[in-house]
Amino acid sequence: MTISHFSAVLLFSLFTSIVFGITQRAEPNKMVRFGALCFALFVVGTIAASWAMWLIKP
Amino acid sequence: MPAEADGKTGSKATTTSSVSPTLALLAGWLVPGAGHALLGKWIRAALLCASIVTMFAIGIALAGKVYTPNTGEPLDMLGFVGDLGAGLLYFLARMLGWGQAPVLIAIADYGTKFIVVAGLLNIVAAVDAHSLASGRKPS
Repeated sequence: MTISHFSAVLLFSLFTSIVFGITQRAEPNKMVRFGALCFALFVVGTIAASWAMWLIKP
Repeated sequence: MPAEADGKTGSKATTTSSVSPTLALLAGWLVPGAGHALLGKWIRAALLCASIVTMFAIGIALAGKVYTPNTGEPLDMLGFVGDLGAGLLYFLARMLGWGQAPVLIAIADYGTKFIVVAGLLNIVAAVDAHSLASGRKPS
């Protein structure tokens, strides 16, 4: 099985965010919001880090 | 007797469960989501189980490395601890010879990380089940 790098980012972010949302908040609506925030931060953070690495490459 | 905790003021929860916190912790470690299932949190249990098992399975499918103990390398030891967090999934992977020993392709390194993180997330989930059973987490 092979997947693209971006697919790997999305899958990793999705499953990790689900676990973080459930375990780090006590109420269902807050779980969903925290999970969505984690997902967004994972994906945006990865893209930002990718561009940063591209900008500083020799 | 159940009582609501006020999350904003930081007061301690007083809700307790009839399930032993240790049992919830051990069950949650051995089988992803089992700790929450014991506490009757079926939806959370299903989501945790699906997330952790799928992540572990993707790691195996990407030909990730399953760490073994006693290799002498510090990073391998940390990887082993992470993998061990997956509980029975790890033992199953070792028994059936899943995963690759050396990482041969770049994408397989992602697989290795998926397997380790699945184990670490399972530990987080098991500790959450322990907190729910002990009443430290309100609901």
